[in-house]
Amino acid sequence: MNKIPNRQAICEVLMEKAKEDKDIVVLCSDSRGSASLAPFAEAYPEQFVEVGIAEQNLVSISAGLAKCGKKPFVASPACFLSTRSYEQAKVDCAYSNTNVTLVGISGGVSYGALGMSHHSAQDIAAMSAIPNMRVYLPSDRFQTAKLIEALLQDEKPAYIRVGRNAVEDIYTQENCPFEMDKATVICEGSDVAIIACGEMVQPAVKAAELLKAEGISASVIDMYCVKPLDQEAILKAAAHAKLVITVEEHAPFGGLGSMVSQVVARECPRKVVNLALPDAPVITGNSKEVFDYYGLNAEGIVKTAKENL
Amino acid sequence: MENLKALSYDLRKNVVDMIVEGKGGHIGGDMSVMDILVELYFEQMNISPENMDDKDRDRFVMSKGHSVEALYAVLAAKGFFPIEQVIKEFSKFGSKFIGHPNNKLPGIEMNSGSLGHGLPVCVGMALAGKMNKQDYRVYTVMGDGELAEGSVWEGAMAAHQYKLDNLCAVVDRNRLQISGCTEDIMAHDSQEERWGSFGWHVISVNGNDYGELKAAFEEAKTVKGAPTVIIANTIKGFGSGVMENKANWHHKVPTEDEYTQIMKDLEAGKEAALHE
Ligand SMILES: Cc1ncc(C[n+]2csc(CCOP(=O)(O)OP(=O)(O)O)c2C)c(N)n1
Ligand SMILES: [Mg+2]
Repeated sequence: MNKIPNRQAICEVLMEKAKEDKDIVVLCSDSRGSASLAPFAEAYPEQFVEVGIAEQNLVSISAGLAKCGKKPFVASPACFLSTRSYEQAKVDCAYSNTNVTLVGISGGVSYGALGMSHHSAQDIAAMSAIPNMRVYLPSDRFQTAKLIEALLQDEKPAYIRVGRNAVEDIYTQENCPFEMDKATVICEGSDVAIIACGEMVQPAVKAAELLKAEGISASVIDMYCVKPLDQEAILKAAAHAKLVITVEEHAPFGGLGSMVSQVVARECPRKVVNLALPDAPVITGNSKEVFDYYGLNAEGIVKTAKENL
Repeated sequence: MENLKALSYDLRKNVVDMIVEGKGGHIGGDMSVMDILVELYFEQMNISPENMDDKDRDRFVMSKGHSVEALYAVLAAKGFFPIEQVIKEFSKFGSKFIGHPNNKLPGIEMNSGSLGHGLPVCVGMALAGKMNKQDYRVYTVMGDGELAEGSVWEGAMAAHQYKLDNLCAVVDRNRLQISGCTEDIMAHDSQEERWGSFGWHVISVNGNDYGELKAAFEEAKTVKGAPTVIIANTIKGFGSGVMENKANWHHKVPTEDEYTQIMKDLEAGKEAALHE
């Protein structure tokens, strides 16, 4: 079982690139430990800015740095980064088009029993609604690393969400197909298309295996690029299937499910079922307990597929 | 009068048990803030299970919501819920006792957890008291790291503007936050000058000393036309050398050995308090 959380994969890429690229700057808001960025702060004190517990300040400072040629990577809990500093993200990053990469750590329900103040189940909706803001939820550490490398190649704002815990690998070091803003098709099938992002890709893959054993053929799309959404991949999978299931660690409105439903309804009408967290504070528990309770697991996906086919 | 100091050591033990059972908790800040909470709930505020719906009750908001374990221990000691239940259920699957204040529980007015909300909320509560000509008082406790949030200072300005002498804020000045010493992360000194320049009445005390805390809260009640802030100089991890003044005890579960030593130290603290 993999022990490296996606946040650590981010740190490793930034450490490597910062050797050569002195414009890379990492900013934290008393969050370097939880972001796995303490090694970066130690190795590159001149390329690290600590702002204290001040997320609004954090994002505006980053925008200012970017405007003057720096490449800021801003790491703070997804819950605070996507709500407390929402206007800073909207105005200073997206509207002014500054090269700021916002890294929301401990996303979704990663903080478990710490409750709703610490859950970020609205971040996809909130960030996607901002013109010129891109939204990425990478699934495993290999994909996360490739995404960070790709983001270093352009100069536009982006929001990334990663979870707190290490997740099982989906790809390998050698085999991690990645094209920027193109979803990764993990497998193809003819009965159901499962479209997932972030930590939900793993259960989607397992569900496809379970379904296969029961004679149901499923495709699995890793939609790490929630915005810009890879519409082509969605339509291709939907066209071949009778049912589309979306799975996300997010509120039921305005996230991946809503966005996929819009595209499918318009271009290739099929039944779409959205699996998501409820429109309520989630039950107390760790991520796994929460996912199991709401059916955000392989069994839940299988059940949904069988009920709706 | 009850020996509050002795009581506080028992409540710290409850906190440690909660955190061990629940496999997580903000232990350092629980220990520093405990005496402030005990003084508020046992000597200052008119809040109890009997009057919790009374419109004239004093109001309290735990702005540094991560120290909820200390608040649970104090609320349990006040009879809001059984401590055994908290220890057993804290942070467990399906529990009401989550890792931040949650107002589905009796005795908790406002949910918190995101830092920098408590003071502005209390400005609203204190303003309502003025509008309604009620004489309840409003209290909040903030962390010192929390003071980097701009919203704290927006609230501080408003409290001065509206002359909220029914509002008393406490800063748990333990000089540590997650990443280390507050003065290295985002310097906060001088607290006295900062709050003073915002028009607040400022009282600086040893925040782990009941005599000084009590005198400060009594003084705050006599101030007219301005809000009061008590800079409570505390020790993060107070009660055991295992945790005192150590940044890495912000959020931590003691090992078995650490648990034994901490409980021994807290018992020794209680014994000393009983024989003072
Ligand atoms: C808005 C917000 N940002 C970040 C956090 C994460 N966080 C929880 S506790 C903490 C450190 C708090 O330090 P301090 O205010 O000094 O509290 P204490 O030392 O009393 O525990 C941080 C950054 C949070 N809860 N809310
Ligand atoms: Mg502190």
